[in-house]
Amino acid sequence: MPNFDLNRAPLRELNRTLHALRPDTNESHWTVTGPDGRHAIAAGLDAPISVEIDGNVGYYCAGMNKHASVVINGNAGVGVAENMMSGFVHVRGDASQAAGATAHGGLLVVDGNAGARCGISMKGIDIVVKGSIGHMSAFMAQAGTLTVLGDAGEALGDSLYEARLFVRGSVRSLGADCIEKEMRDEHREQLHGKLKAAGLAGEIDPSEFKRYGSARRLYHFHVDNAGAY
Amino acid sequence: MAETPKDPRDLPRTKPRFSATYTPDVMSEIRRAAATGIYDIRGAGAKRPLPHFDDLLFLGASISRYPLEGYRERCGTEVVLGNRFASKPITLKTPVTIAGMSFGSLSGQAKEALGRGATLAGTSTTTGDGGMTQEERGHSQTLVYQYLPSRYGMNPDDLRRADAIEVVIGQGAKPGGGGMLLGQKITERVAGMRCLPPGIDQRSACRHPDWTGPDDLEIKIEELREITDGEKPIYVKVGASRPYYDTALAAKSGADVVVLDGMQGGTAATQDVFIEHVGIPTLAAIRPAVQALRDLGLHRKVQLVVSGGIRSGADVAKVLALGADAVAIGTAALIALGDNDPRWEAEYQALGTTAGAYDDWHEGNDPAGITTQRPELASRLDPVLAGRRLANYLAVMTLEAQTIARACGKSHLHNLEPEDLVALTIEAAAMAGVPLAGTEWVPGKTGF
Repeated sequence: MPNFDLNRAPLRELNRTLHALRPDTNESHWTVTGPDGRHAIAAGLDAPISVEIDGNVGYYCAGMNKHASVVINGNAGVGVAENMMSGFVHVRGDASQAAGATAHGGLLVVDGNAGARCGISMKGIDIVVKGSIGHMSAFMAQAGTLTVLGDAGEALGDSLYEARLFVRGSVRSLGADCIEKEMRDEHREQLHGKLKAAGLAGEIDPSEFKRYGSARRLYHFHVDNAGAY
Repeated sequence: MAETPKDPRDLPRTKPRFSATYTPDVMSEIRRAAATGIYDIRGAGAKRPLPHFDDLLFLGASISRYPLEGYRERCGTEVVLGNRFASKPITLKTPVTIAGMSFGSLSGQAKEALGRGATLAGTSTTTGDGGMTQEERGHSQTLVYQYLPSRYGMNPDDLRRADAIEVVIGQGAKPGGGGMLLGQKITERVAGMRCLPPGIDQRSACRHPDWTGPDDLEIKIEELREITDGEKPIYVKVGASRPYYDTALAAKSGADVVVLDGMQGGTAATQDVFIEHVGIPTLAAIRPAVQALRDLGLHRKVQLVVSGGIRSGADVAKVLALGADAVAIGTAALIALGDNDPRWEAEYQALGTTAGAYDDWHEGNDPAGITTQRPELASRLDPVLAGRRLANYLAVMTLEAQTIARACGKSHLHNLEPEDLVALTIEAAAMAGVPLAGTEWVPGKTGF
């Protein structure tokens, strides 16, 4: 199992090495030590490898990830897994703002809490936060699911499109055009699948969640809705 | 005592007088607003009269300086962009590049034509909000990939396929504003690229979702470099409003290239009030931006690309003389493709406008087949012929700029300098920082 110590070699060398790995590489599991809050660790991966980072990471860890599995044994800074396309990112601690921002696919699991704007502008990613999320989460969220076992902050789902939001705890307030929606069997089934993917099957009852989504009143600009903006 | 006519109609009358404040244009807008309850949205850039490059003149060589021989002595035009940090900077044959315009706002044929024309001319073209299309990548030898707040269509494969990356903070038509692409143009293909339901109005955010401020921008640029192994030049594009500080902060954040877009720069769809009342003219933005780079010791190390109302080789030469490294054209490129061509006058009339004034680009009914997603209109534009027209136009602009540069005795366009210029108006002299013609007076700098 290759190990890369960021206290001994520069970040660019780590990322360049990981980028050069082919999909059929034998070096499929890597560990990274000494992250010390550095930014853009394991950003731009494009192969089905796994990378385990021991410690706290800075901004944009696993940014634009494709195929890879990245585990962070610590906290993550702003924009963890931003614009992820596929793969899996697991934050064992807390995540800062904009976790999973604009991401198109893959699964992001945060064991702790996530800060403001979690899932902002998300485009297909599945996010599971075991703790709570901050304000303006899922702002302009377009597609995918955001599952929160704890509470959500102010203005959840403001101006969102077709993303589905599942919250087990309280919601401080809903943003413009975001409403609570009926939780039907199909939604419980979908939620069960997301919880299972996050390793929570059997531990959490999907019926404890409420579902939120777009009222679709702002899909076409109309002056009578100006007060909503 | 004068005799009073019996019929008052025989009295001399003051002729009807229009207000300079409430002009017919102003009154028509008030009536339109009152009837609809919504602001006017349109494409293109500022239409109001502004101090511009027409207000500058070159001082050709004579006894004190000697010119270069036209058609004989070389006047270089090539430009290298991105050699500050990127390991693979781009080299262009001409400093006239094509500005970012999206597939979605433009038809696929128009994007292809831009790529073809730019490639023939040896220059770059740029994606827009909505991502990169296969046609665009395939027909563009050098393609700049825009990284926008919406991140529509953003993916790392395209990032790696690009030749440079342009982080868009703003644009000259609407510094501080996002955008809206009306549902008429959100076809299934456009919607699919943007992960949106077809037919809805698509909003583009005005701020990036995962960073705020210059310190974060530096980290974002670092991420983009990491993802691309440090190969790609990274541009930062700003709308001209506070060019000194924005340029300084972009450079401080690690940009290889700063793109500065003045208020005459076009947009696909923005409120008219925004276009006409926010931002500053291109002419006024260049010198402060150049000064910011000089103050940082980065002039010619961080390249400056200027856009917004550049129409001719004379404009190109003037922008470069003021200290920029290259220019970008958008509206002018669309005109070269065939936008607003009088051949479609009957159809422009049917839309309630006329050739030369058509700016409802957001509605998707462009008779020229450029700002539309309607297949029957888009098919009117032959991308090969339109690309050829664009290449011709770019060649003319380059030749014109060379002609002027040689007349000023310069062996490269980048050797043009502010001392080659004078201004026709006090406003232009102040904004460009060059003397009023026939004087040594630079308003705000030297005594009168």
